[in-house]
Amino acid sequence: MSFLNYLINGLSLGSVYAIIALGYTMVYGIAKMLNFAHGDIIMVGSYIVYSAMSMAGMHPAIAILIAMVGCMVLGVVTERVAYRPLRGASSSLAVLITAIGVSYLLQNIALLVFGADTKAFTSVINWKGITLFDGELQIRGTTIITIAVGLLVLFGLQAFIHRTKSGQAMLAVAQDRGAATLCGIDVNKTIAITFAIGSSLAAVAGVLFCSTYPTITPYIGSMPGIKAFVAAVFGGIGSIPGAMIGGLTLGVIEILSRTYISSQLSEAIVFAILIVVLLVKPTGLLGKRVMEKV
Amino acid sequence: MRILEVNDLTVYYGVIRALKGISFHVEEGEIVALIGANGAGKTTTLHTVSGLIPMTSGSISFDGKDLTKVQGHRLAGLGMAHVPEGRRVFSDMTVLQNLKLGAYSRKNKAETAETLEMVYTRFPRLKERRNQVAGTLSGGEQQMLAIGRALMSRPRLVLMDEPSMGLSPIFVNEIFDIIGTMKADGVTVLLVEQNAKKALSVADRAYILETGSIALSGDAKELMDNEQIRKAYLGE
Ligand SMILES: Nc1ncnc2c1ncn2[C@@H]1O[C@H](COP(=O)(O)OP(=O)(O)O)[C@@H](O)[C@H]1O
Ligand SMILES: [Mg+2]
Repeated sequence: MSFLNYLINGLSLGSVYAIIALGYTMVYGIAKMLNFAHGDIIMVGSYIVYSAMSMAGMHPAIAILIAMVGCMVLGVVTERVAYRPLRGASSSLAVLITAIGVSYLLQNIALLVFGADTKAFTSVINWKGITLFDGELQIRGTTIITIAVGLLVLFGLQAFIHRTKSGQAMLAVAQDRGAATLCGIDVNKTIAITFAIGSSLAAVAGVLFCSTYPTITPYIGSMPGIKAFVAAVFGGIGSIPGAMIGGLTLGVIEILSRTYISSQLSEAIVFAILIVVLLVKPTGLLGKRVMEKV
Repeated sequence: MRILEVNDLTVYYGVIRALKGISFHVEEGEIVALIGANGAGKTTTLHTVSGLIPMTSGSISFDGKDLTKVQGHRLAGLGMAHVPEGRRVFSDMTVLQNLKLGAYSRKNKAETAETLEMVYTRFPRLKERRNQVAGTLSGGEQQMLAIGRALMSRPRLVLMDEPSMGLSPIFVNEIFDIIGTMKADGVTVLLVEQNAKKALSVADRAYILETGSIALSGDAKELMDNEQIRKAYLGE
């Protein structure tokens, strides 16, 4: 039973990685950039929820809503101010370096506003969870809700992309910006929508992450951010189901190797598996050819 | 009425001057061919008209409207469509999804459905293959899809960039037949071609582009008889 328990915990952590990875993969697929500040949006979302609940005493649902809107605005503004002016620049390195700069900027602002000390995050989920097999298997409410939200996000996003005009425009821009423009699609607006969705998902991921690991510092976004990036590459960057599978796989591997092999080595194992996957299939599990044509 | 008017258009790629002040126009209802060797600047001309690349100086007006400040994605809604060089269909998407994207600028769903039926009538093969992924179509079918996608916006002017490139002779004939029927339907066409013979046979007028400048222009039939053209472009 304990194996099943660890597996479920792995899926829960994996769902958080998956939600973050979805943001990474969408922005990469559509804007053709690695947004290394994506992890720090998680941190900002967590601080917003923390402030709204612990300091302003708001209801968790309202706090989450404010965090999603706040992160959405933050994502759109950073794209507009920091990334868009560099679009079409001769080197994609310029955007990458800018993204790293934005990442540090957000961390330093959080440091300035909230200080370096660890803040205790009150979980937004109060449900105790369920007990199965005469108490043999206990699943926490946070775990169940995290997995459920992960699935909801995946199916919601798939429906959005395949059933709405904006979603189809995103696929068109991902494949060929010029041809999309000729169809009447506003590429800048489509990229802004992508950032809006990715960033508000990051806020959701932040809340779920902090409900499982209830502490906040200005740096909490970096590690899940990097792992979600790994998950996105592992699943095939640019692919939405790939990000989901990559995230879940990574979460399960991390928890299982932490439990059965070594808690110190678990991160190294995660990266070792990534390297093996990329050696065998350079485009990741579900990645197709790399769409580089602009 | 002049549906497209280009005046003294100059375009640079960095320090390279690709277009050296060209002027030309297209009357409503005409087929105008823009002919020239590889690298003459034909694609650059069409890309600039469509707003995909910025002009350095000069002016472009469409339907009497100055396009200098108009963003490229607005042109589809204004009635201009562009069948790009190399087709550039969305290869991971189905034929139907590609066609629907062609109607992206249109709001009225009933009208779009009607246009889709018209495109299907003109290209029965696209209807047969509507759920097939575009990347798996043959080159000729992809070209038809690219033309169908452009027609989905119900354009008044269509820019076509080497639609016959890389196609088998049967498909080449089919593509030129389609261009003829477009004219019959009242669509104006600016046709870029390296296949000068075919282009001149379907066009009303033509411009000859040589390394970024217009070298010659005139009635298509007259150009076909021009000694210089026959030698340089018709391989005689
Ligand atoms: N993106 C670009 N960057 C630099 N030079 C370019 C670019 N595109 C085209 N050129 C140059 O501009 C000239 C005209 O090219 P193009 O318009 O593609 O010609 P055509 O379509 O007539 O074959 C060529 O000399 C070509 O090398
Ligand atoms: Mg060309």
